[in-house]
Amino acid sequence: MNTRLPDRADFTAIASWVRSGARVLDLGCGDGTLLRYLAEQRDISGYGVEIDNDGVLACVRHNVNVLQGDIERGLSDFADGSFDYVILSQTLQAVKNSEHVVREMLRVGREGIVTFPNFGYWRNRLQVMLGNMPISDNLPYSWYDTPNIHLCTVADFEDFCTDHGVRILERIVIRNGGTVTLLPNLLGSLAVYRFERD
Amino acid sequence: MDDVKTDSVGIVTPQRAHFAQPLALRCGATLSDYDLIYETYGTLNAAKSNAILICHALSGSHHVAGSYAGEPKNTGWWNNIVGPGRPFDTDRFFIVGVNNLGGCHGSTGPATINPATGKPWGADFPLVAVIDWVHAQARLADHLGIDAWAAVIGGSLGGMQALRWTITYPERIRHALVIAAAPRLTAQNIAFNDVARQAILTDPDFHGGHYYEHGVVPRRGLRLARMLGHITYLSDDAMATKFGRELRAGELRFHFGIEFEIESYLRYQGDKFADYFDANTYLLMTKALDYFDPARECNGDLSATMAKANAKFLVVSFTTDWRFSPARSREIVRALLDNHLDVSYAEITSPHGHDSFLMEDAHYHAILRSYLENIGL
Repeated sequence: MNTRLPDRADFTAIASWVRSGARVLDLGCGDGTLLRYLAEQRDISGYGVEIDNDGVLACVRHNVNVLQGDIERGLSDFADGSFDYVILSQTLQAVKNSEHVVREMLRVGREGIVTFPNFGYWRNRLQVMLGNMPISDNLPYSWYDTPNIHLCTVADFEDFCTDHGVRILERIVIRNGGTVTLLPNLLGSLAVYRFERD
Repeated sequence: MDDVKTDSVGIVTPQRAHFAQPLALRCGATLSDYDLIYETYGTLNAAKSNAILICHALSGSHHVAGSYAGEPKNTGWWNNIVGPGRPFDTDRFFIVGVNNLGGCHGSTGPATINPATGKPWGADFPLVAVIDWVHAQARLADHLGIDAWAAVIGGSLGGMQALRWTITYPERIRHALVIAAAPRLTAQNIAFNDVARQAILTDPDFHGGHYYEHGVVPRRGLRLARMLGHITYLSDDAMATKFGRELRAGELRFHFGIEFEIESYLRYQGDKFADYFDANTYLLMTKALDYFDPARECNGDLSATMAKANAKFLVVSFTTDWRFSPARSREIVRALLDNHLDVSYAEITSPHGHDSFLMEDAHYHAILRSYLENIGL
């Protein structure tokens, strides 16, 4: 799972959506930075799920509730509707069974929030056109050592939602920390969505 | 973090407390009075907010850390984790280890004189349960002037005591560290315990538990019980790595003596244990394990049981522990989640099976250290 979050703009977007005092589950929570940020900004309570030892240790060190586990194996430890929000921050592109994970998010949470690097961003398209897999702030890995196996574009994700009974409630597309409204699939590098079951 | 200087607590001296107030036990019997033997490490602060109780498992004792004067090799059973600068830091915390009731290290138990008969209790010592130990530990806390523990910590049967504390005395425990434990035993767990008990009970030297009067100990039974137990503490992989099919003599000798190294190891462990441990205590401890099932109070619903708890939790399991596997720890975690309690759960990758909780593992110790560092005093 990604423990490095190069762009904090998605945190700001998430904090602007999350209700004060909400119960939050952060899947692939890394070192717990987002949960700490939300606790500071929105007084949330909740837990992170993290598979990696270093991430788990960092969360314990930062006094963030963390449960070591593999989100790919489902969220069977969590009861239906037990969270206000289930967040998947810059992790969707790294999970094997994206459909299953999104379904589980909406079983356990009333709303889901995902952020992912937009593969449709023009700089990514340009690098591919010039003949190489893109490398950027949001996609910092070489093709041979990337955890990212399910990269998608803003348009792809929205099609996925339509096909899977997921209703998008809000979307923010970001570039260089600023919100992109014009041609987001082309001009935005990072996408943030809030959604619920249709 | 790695260059922190750590040390043992050094020379320690056990202390004894007498409790004259009768203790009503889970089984219906009452102990009119009793002694608890305990050790402390570090200094209780003025606010009395830095006290940690460490609960021992089946064969442990109050001697958690340090060593005794003139006995440098007699170090505590969790010496690698308790001390100045160690994960359970005695520069910061006041740490208490206590021998539980029914034990054989100095607290009132089967080898103690029964005031009603003037003879050792033997097998007549009441079968104490985890909740009885917790009540007795609470009285020790009173005796030490501790209103609430900063943390109660234990592995295996010790972890069960920490869990029981959060249910029975929710206002007297701020954090529970429940390590390599389970919310109740499975049929398989009980089955292993019963084979161990049968080994002791059928030993001709057992004399119905009154072997003290006959000047013998059911050594063969206790040795077998320990050998069996020891198999369940290790993992298949750890045994394969450590012993494999290594032969003592380098070749097959076709006899019933020691041929394989694992036989030598198990017999040695059994002999060592039978030299110092009391068979009646072993019986009683395995029964306490079998009886432990706090969810019984709520018709088997662990989530409903844990609704009584207020503490914050750290639950730790080990990947190769098949006695109390990670899935058993996750049952506890799930019940805590259902109650919206603060909990972190770490699943430590370790080859050492159930015994992992006693081993010095950098990541495991870092998790415990980091958790305790965040406990406010």
